[in-house]
Amino acid sequence: MITRRDFLKKTVTIAGVAVPLAAFEIIDPEKLFAQVAAEKTKVRWVFLVDTYKCVGCGFCVKACKNENEVPYDANVTRTWVERYVLTKDGRLFADTPKGARDGFATTRIDLGLGKYQDIKKDNIEKAYFVPKLCNQCENPPCVQVCPVGATYQAPDGVVLVDRTWCIGCGYCIMACPYGVRFFHPVHHTAEKCNFCYHRITKGMKTACVEACAFGARKIGNIKDPNDPVTKIIRTERVGVLKSEFGTKPQAFYIGLDEEVR
Amino acid sequence: MKNHVLRPLFAVIGIIVLVLAARIFYVPKDFGVHERGYMYGWYRKANIEDWKKVQVKYQGAEYCKDCHDKNYGAIKKSPHQNIQCENCHGPAGTAEGIVHFDSDKLPKLTVDKSRQQCLRCHYPLPYPSSGRSKIKGIDPDKHNPDIECSMCHNPHHPNLEGMR
Repeated sequence: MITRRDFLKKTVTIAGVAVPLAAFEIIDPEKLFAQVAAEKTKVRWVFLVDTYKCVGCGFCVKACKNENEVPYDANVTRTWVERYVLTKDGRLFADTPKGARDGFATTRIDLGLGKYQDIKKDNIEKAYFVPKLCNQCENPPCVQVCPVGATYQAPDGVVLVDRTWCIGCGYCIMACPYGVRFFHPVHHTAEKCNFCYHRITKGMKTACVEACAFGARKIGNIKDPNDPVTKIIRTERVGVLKSEFGTKPQAFYIGLDEEVR
Repeated sequence: MKNHVLRPLFAVIGIIVLVLAARIFYVPKDFGVHERGYMYGWYRKANIEDWKKVQVKYQGAEYCKDCHDKNYGAIKKSPHQNIQCENCHGPAGTAEGIVHFDSDKLPKLTVDKSRQQCLRCHYPLPYPSSGRSKIKGIDPDKHNPDIECSMCHNPHHPNLEGMR
């Protein structure tokens, strides 16, 4: 038989043990101020893609792979270009052979598994190219799932991967709704587009933006009201990919079509 | 409580203490919660600087301008004016940190003269609502299939009037 006294004693002990140590954390005013200061940072990098201008040359993909030391012949890339072809009989085709590293020099659609589909010119209802890259989400799901703190959001909004800290579990690759993450074949850690962090922090443009001869890609700082990219995002009609996921993506698209996923 | 309960308990507590002690030495000082809180800002701060240190490879056309002023001037007057030098000539910098001009080794750049390189834009794709359909294209199987484009067209001044 358990006595009332024993019961109360044990309950209190167990409850006491169960209280997490975090509950005793004292709020550090310095940390709190840092958080407030972060809200006021002067830089928040965003990307703008004009799908009308993209011609699918793939120079952006080539430049990205060289600039960021992603093995050229491995079928992984930080950025890629997708081709969408909608036919008059209502079918949708989309492909991105080798991430469009060599552009699109054929009318045949790569269906995968060695199969191709040729589409006659007269049967094309609409067709266009869509460059893709990391959206540097305001609420990045890839960062939420990292169990070791190897991927994070820098104060200027760019999501980075700490290669020395990554254990290669692959949670982030699964979590990204946009499929921008992959394993680096050499480093064996998670890899992703980081807006060419080594370039933008030196005042340069990203390698893909610089390589684009058609002005389809632009990078800007949304916190600077005089930035031309900010002006376009504020005053023109732009869309984002998969807004229903609540990730608040920061790559904006002009001419985004419903079929683009 | 009995001894056989306490002994394993002490062992478990010992392991926890050991792990916590090892953590003090193993985890870097700048690892922790930063600006964006636990959910997005839990990381090693020095990594930001690591990423900034990556070598820049593509230097941009302005970098080439001073020495290669003739070709720079020519391409800027042509329909190819927006194409960067390094798109065809290859990046001026290497991962090892050697940059074309700044180095006494002057790494030789390999020019991509392949037909594939020109077909990136000049393979005709009749895609409405894409800028691609407005670019002049050729059928690579019929238009002098065995020779490089640059045999006839100077890429710095591609219209045939500018033929070498």
